[in-house]
Formats: sequence, C-alpha cells, structure tokens
Amino acid sequence: MEVTGESLPARPVVAPPRPARRRGAPTPWLQPGIFIGALVPLAAIVWRTFQGTLSANPIAEIINELGLAAIIFLVASLACTPARWVFGWTWPVRVRRELGLFAFFYAVLHFLMYLVDQTFDLGIILEDIALRPFITVGFLALVLMVPLAVTSTSGAVRRLGFRRWQRLHYLTYAAGILAVVHFIWRVKIDLSQPMMYATVLAVLLLIRVAFWLRKRRISGAGGGAAPSGPAPAS
Amino acid sequence: MSRPASQPPSSEITPESLYLGRRELIKNGVLAAGTAAIVGSGLLWLIGNGPPPDSIEEAPAQQPVQAAQPPAPIQVAVPAASGPYTVDEPLTSLKDVTTYNNFYEFGLDKGDPARNAQNLQTRPWTVSIEGEVKQPQVIDIDTLLGWFPHEERIYRMRCVEAWSMVIPWLGFPLADLIKRLEPTGNAKYVELITLQDEKQMPGQRRPVLDWPYVEGLRMDEAMHPLSLMAVGLYGKMLPNQNGAPLRLVVPWKYGFKNGKSIVKIRFTAEQPKTTWALAAPREYGFYANVNPDVDHPRWSQATERRIGELGRRKTLPFNGYAEEVASLYAGMDPKKLY
Repeated sequence: MEVTGESLPARPVVAPPRPARRRGAPTPWLQPGIFIGALVPLAAIVWRTFQGTLSANPIAEIINELGLAAIIFLVASLACTPARWVFGWTWPVRVRRELGLFAFFYAVLHFLMYLVDQTFDLGIILEDIALRPFITVGFLALVLMVPLAVTSTSGAVRRLGFRRWQRLHYLTYAAGILAVVHFIWRVKIDLSQPMMYATVLAVLLLIRVAFWLRKRRISGAGGGAAPSGPAPAS
Repeated sequence: MSRPASQPPSSEITPESLYLGRRELIKNGVLAAGTAAIVGSGLLWLIGNGPPPDSIEEAPAQQPVQAAQPPAPIQVAVPAASGPYTVDEPLTSLKDVTTYNNFYEFGLDKGDPARNAQNLQTRPWTVSIEGEVKQPQVIDIDTLLGWFPHEERIYRMRCVEAWSMVIPWLGFPLADLIKRLEPTGNAKYVELITLQDEKQMPGQRRPVLDWPYVEGLRMDEAMHPLSLMAVGLYGKMLPNQNGAPLRLVVPWKYGFKNGKSIVKIRFTAEQPKTTWALAAPREYGFYANVNPDVDHPRWSQATERRIGELGRRKTLPFNGYAEEVASLYAGMDPKKLY
C-alpha cells in the first residue's frame, strides 16, 4: 500500500507523482468554499427575520429572495460545461453537482415559503398550479429538478450508464428555461432583471448548440469520407 | 533517490504528507474562506440589489425620511367618526405605511420611496387646473389646503398585488374641491397628473412607465363622498414617499388609482388614458374596482395579506365599500370594472 522511495526509480519517468494524487483534487478548498458561500443568502434571511429588518411584507420578500437564489444557482450550474469548452477550465465541472443541488435546495425552500404564504390551503394551491401559468411553469421547473437531484450521486451515474444519465440531465435546461419564464411572468412591469438571466441562459444554450453542430460536422465529415470509396488525392 | 546509512529509520521521519498537510490545511482554509466570501457577497449583491439602483449618488440610504424632516402636525377639524369613514380593524403601523410603498417615481423596490423621496421639494408647489373648467388657474398648494377643513378618514387600502393596509388619512373630499373649481357641463372625467421631474424623482430616469403618472375618475366617482384628497396621515403632513403634498385616495379601487404628488387636475370629456391601463391593458383597467371574483390575469384577487398579519384575509367586493359605491356601476358588466 505505502509507496516508498525505493519503488520510484523503477517507475516510468512520465508517471504522475503519487503524493499529488493522494492530496485529491488540486482545489480541495473550492467545494467547501462554495458550500459556505452558498448558504449566505439563507443566513441573511434568517438573520434579518430575527432582527426584524425584513420589509413590511416579510413572507413575500423571503419568497422572492429564495426564488432568485434558485435561478442564480441553476444558471450557474448550466454554465459549468460551456465554461470548460470555451475557456478550457475544468474546475467549474467539479462544482457543477454542488451548484445544481443548491439550486434545488433554494427552489424547495422557495416553494415551501409559497405554501406558508398560502397558509397551506390546498384548494388555493392546486388552483394556482392548475390555472395560473406563472405558477404552473415554476412548479414544473421544481418537479423537473427532482429526478436530477435524486440522480446526482456518482452511484446513480454508474447505475444509469453515463449516456442515459447525461440525457436525463439535459432536463436542467428545461428547468432553467421554465424558471426564467416563471420569473418573467411574475414581474409586474420592469423586466430588466429576469431578462438578464434569460440572456445568460440563451447565451449558454447557443454555445451548446454551436459546439454540438461543430461536433456533428466533424464526425459527419469523418464518417462520410470512409464509405465513399477512394478519396481524390488532395 | 538512495538513502544514506546515517538516516534515521523511516518510521521516525515525519511523513511528507503530514508535513505538507499542515501548510496545505492553512492554505486551503484561507482559499475556502476567500471563495466563500466571494460567492456569498456575490449572491447577496445579485439577490439584494439586482440591477444597480438609479439613485445612489443622492440618497443617504441609512436614515429614513421621517428622521430627516419630521412632517408637521395638522389641525384636524373632523375626526374619523363613524360609518364608512372609519374601519373597525387595527391600523397598519406608521412604520409600515411609510416604508412599504409603491411609488415608482422613486424606484421599483417597496423600500425605495422611503429612501429616495427626501429630495422632493413640496414647497413651493402649485396645482394647475385645466380643461373643461370655468376658469383654468394655477393654485398655490397652501392656498388650496386653506380652502377646506381637514377630516380624518380611516380607510382600507388594497393593492393590486394582493396586500392591504388600514391607514388613517387626513384630507378633504375631492367633491368639495371639484365644486369649488366649477367644471363645465362637458366635464365627464377628472384626470390627476403627478409631478414629472427626474431630478427630484430618480425613478423617472428609467422609462418603466410612461411618465408622468396619470390617473383619473369618472365624474360621479370623483364626486362620491368617499373620494378623498389626502394631505396627511397619522395626524401629520404626508411624508414625501406617501405622495406629498397632495394625493388621491379612492378606497374601493386598487391602490394604483391613487395618484400621488399631484401637480395638475384636468377635466375632460373623454376617458383619460391612465398610466397602468396604457402599460398593460390586459391587466389593469380604468375602473380597477377591488373585486375578489375577477382575478388579475396572473394571480388570484380572492385573498389579501394585511400588512403586519401572518394569515390572509378574504378580499371584499369594492374593498368593503360595496354598500356605498356599488350603485355607481349599476348595469355595467363587472368583468369590465377591474
């Protein structure tokens, strides 16, 4: 088990040094740092609740802040993969699951506060979900996030197989779009804030489409060349 | 590397991983704390502020407006007595009435008016009387206020956003003002126009609404004894964020009908093109009578949160003033009265 100095000369020179691997990810501080930072909006709400410094309509204020936090984390989790493609960064992919789970966490709290706001009146809540489009899409976004959160473990990736897992997790985009539509439909008049998130989401989607098209062109050109007989000498 | 014979046995050497571990631990701790600080403050900024506010340069945000300039007390000639002029429900606190406001001229956040309205100069102030009226004129606000004794009226105020308050206003009936101004026979509507001055009203720098804010009433609505021109609340002059120096209060309609900081009163033959009805005609109409059975296209109007309470109250037809005002709309389709 213990790798001693003696064994080193026998190893090929290109082998990665063992101690570096044992220290784990090159940024072990990243996930705990994000974890603590991600709890700050919740801590701020709890703090202001006990200080009595929320607005005169505290439930509405808390619902809004929790919902916005959920959208921010959802968009951030969707930015991880494009960030690797565009900037070549690998660290965002390592925190993707964490960001996605925080999106779900805040979305669930947001929904629970809505239930409190409606004083848990099931009749009103069901009517809201069925009849009011902005609530319908918000609820749908939350429902879509449930299977994503459930299959967020490494075990789930293995059980499902990577391809199937990946296809399932494309639902994140559907959840993101529904969440932003929920935000746009909720706002009374000034759309600048929801439009900011809609724009970021659209850019992220466009990057994916662009990369997908490029990949298809490259593989399509390679696949098409083989069966078409002798290629002209270029 | 080969090991010299004099070296202590390997069991006594501090393992490299441990030696590195301590330095590593401190470094990682600092980096984690830094990450947490950046992520946390970034989130607070995004959630708390959203887009940067328009008015940072002028608004000393830390002090509420009442502290800077306490509104003067008003002589109350007629205290809120009985009937529809008072409400047998607890008053909303002065703090909530003066810090939770929709007054987009001072910003979109409910807290913005209390923060940003300090720069509004309510003296000197004039009100211009125009349109279908015997004598168009410009009246100094203090002259106008001197014409009528100030009555106290405790009214429910129901916002279209499904929250409500109970507010002790001070003012005089709009009907008294209209009678004194003598509109012509052509006057079917009265239009109330808010100040437009983006230096004093930083929210007007963004075209969220078509400034200036225009509201209006049909003449019989305006002449109804419940329609009040408010000049104060809680026994004092109106704080700026509540629409100083002169605002409308029509308690059976959604709050946005109550034009604030009025500079112009125009009598017209045509129905005024009111601001919210122009901005979102599907959602806000000219009449805007409180009606629990006609939902806002996006949310229910069946219940409301009374500010300061945890539960929800059932919204009443005409905000509880049906007995007094329902007859104004006899024969009209209630679906058109939202």
